[in-house]
Amino acid sequence: MADDEVVADQAVAAAADDRPVAQSRSVDLVVSVLLLALAVLLGWDSWRTGAGWASDGPQAGYFPFYLSVLMGAASLYGIVTKLSETPTEPFVTRQQFERVMKVFVPTLLYCLLMQYLGLYVASFFLIAGFMWWVGRIAPWKSLLTAFVFTAVMFCTFEIAFNVIMPKGPLEAAFGF
Amino acid sequence: MEAFELLFQGFQVLLNAKTLGLMMVGLVLGIFVGVLPGLGGPNGVAILLPLTFTMDPTTAIVMLSCIYWGALFGGAITSILFNIPGEAWSVATTFDGYPMAQQGRAAEALTAAFTSSFIGSLTAVLLITFLAPRIADFALRFGPPEFFAVYFLTFCSFVGLGKEERHKIVISMALGLLLAGVGMDTVSGQLRMTFGSSELLRGINFLVAVIGLFGISEILLTMEERLALRGHIARISLRVVLQTWKSLPRYWLTLLRSSAIGCWLGVTPGGAIAASFMGYNVAKRLSKDKDSFGKGRIEGVFAPETAAHAAGTSALLPMLALGIPGSGTAAILLGGLMVWGLNPGPLLFVEHKSFVWGTIASMYLGNVVGLVLVLSTVPIFASVLRVPFAAIAPMIVVSCAIGAYAIQNAMFDIWLMLIFGVVGYVFKKLGYPLAPLTLALVLGNRAEDAFRLAMIGAEGDLRVFWSNPLVGSITTLALVLLFWPVISSLMDRLRGLGGQWRELP
Repeated sequence: MADDEVVADQAVAAAADDRPVAQSRSVDLVVSVLLLALAVLLGWDSWRTGAGWASDGPQAGYFPFYLSVLMGAASLYGIVTKLSETPTEPFVTRQQFERVMKVFVPTLLYCLLMQYLGLYVASFFLIAGFMWWVGRIAPWKSLLTAFVFTAVMFCTFEIAFNVIMPKGPLEAAFGF
Repeated sequence: MEAFELLFQGFQVLLNAKTLGLMMVGLVLGIFVGVLPGLGGPNGVAILLPLTFTMDPTTAIVMLSCIYWGALFGGAITSILFNIPGEAWSVATTFDGYPMAQQGRAAEALTAAFTSSFIGSLTAVLLITFLAPRIADFALRFGPPEFFAVYFLTFCSFVGLGKEERHKIVISMALGLLLAGVGMDTVSGQLRMTFGSSELLRGINFLVAVIGLFGISEILLTMEERLALRGHIARISLRVVLQTWKSLPRYWLTLLRSSAIGCWLGVTPGGAIAASFMGYNVAKRLSKDKDSFGKGRIEGVFAPETAAHAAGTSALLPMLALGIPGSGTAAILLGGLMVWGLNPGPLLFVEHKSFVWGTIASMYLGNVVGLVLVLSTVPIFASVLRVPFAAIAPMIVVSCAIGAYAIQNAMFDIWLMLIFGVVGYVFKKLGYPLAPLTLALVLGNRAEDAFRLAMIGAEGDLRVFWSNPLVGSITTLALVLLFWPVISSLMDRLRGLGGQWRELP
């Protein structure tokens, strides 16, 4: 099949001063090592659970143990082949990394905030904050959009479909 | 013609205001999800799944599958007007669709895309209507060894036929199977891989993983690429629609070929993405005028769209008949079945007739309604893309969080979603395929149970997988597929040797 006839590249061309943060090869190696470590950990745990045969068939650890071995072997193979390669392409450039962090950090804060304020209030802050600071959208537009979206979500899930979300002090004040 | 009778009953299940209303809601949400780059069919279905928890299974699957049809339709809008594939399976549509829009033929391209999508899925639904009951009937004879052999076949075909680096496919699959095993062992009741954590006791929920792997990671990737949306305006008039439809019979061969490719790749776990590329390439190769492809040829829109939709729809065939999903989205729908308390597999056709035939009937109705809806509302959905991404990104994050939390009401799942988001981002960038991981997560426990039951029955004798012609041929086929790369290179070498011998004298 001549799938290689088709090239689909949507990436925006990198600017000249946009240096890579990490090479694909290095990240690939790190991931392979982590996967190998995970395989060893899970394999060890399954061995402890019992990976042999009992009178009634395979023990609980049997399946996971051999899967860990398989995954470990595949990661080892990945490490060996990657070590013999020379780094060619960047994993992320500095500008790309900054943009990814611009959405990842707020998401992380959002998850943290949710523990204390409940999902809806945290969502309001996430949407308003993100639109305002990252998107540079006028504050009133950001606040209004965030409020409307959060309110619609609250009505849909909490009231119409009866799906319970984590709630904080604000909802408690209104008796939910 | 028992199928017709049952199908008719299926339509009767559908025809009430509530189901039809939710069907429309599903379609609109689906088109929306498909139009937005950064939210895909699998995400849309996964995020909206919690909405259906309180519905009855038939209404729920009708709504969810309509989200899927909508997403399939919507992806084409972004590809043609903005040259950005709204979905991975619409990448091939941009090759000729966008040039057509540049030439001011956007309406023609859109009509072609929607119509061919419709034809593709219609072919696949016909296939499902007549083939699925037969396969399910046949599969009723399956015992644990046969089921394990079929699961094994699914996994092997991923490894053997996948386009990614093989060790990465193996890792992705093994990781999925391992994560599926976390928590309480269903056969012995023992705890495993929980490391004393009470949160892990419940296991790693498949839907939470999917929302992270597809939803959150997609947002990260979209931000990284910084998509600049600059598109063409489109309004579809009835005249253009009719004109395009009039030209349809001329392309019957392309449509038929792409439908066949799509159905085949959908039933086997090739998926809509591979199907759309293959449909495009085959049409290009067999065309008399190869050079005109990529410059705005209508066939270049027909071919990939028909194939993608045929594949997307026929992926539901193995899911309904055997309980084995043919694509990521089908896997999520399968996850839904289990949440609603149905046991996927051939028995579904016997025990839940109205559910199965309601679903199949909704495929017909959903596609007809979807076609009309999408043709008449293109300008509205195209304008959605003018909303800044900075407003859409946090809303998607919120929807993901709601979806992840709602499944088990656990804060732990929110963190799990975030972790899977990072894993998905890194995996996608490094070329680890996510489909085997998803499939392994949803099938892991069932595959393991089938294996262990087969082993218990056979007292640990692996020859049980060759104990009768049926299970033997499935297992052998699985092994052939697993070692397909080795076998095909061996065959090439043998053929090469044969050629040399012939040349010798």
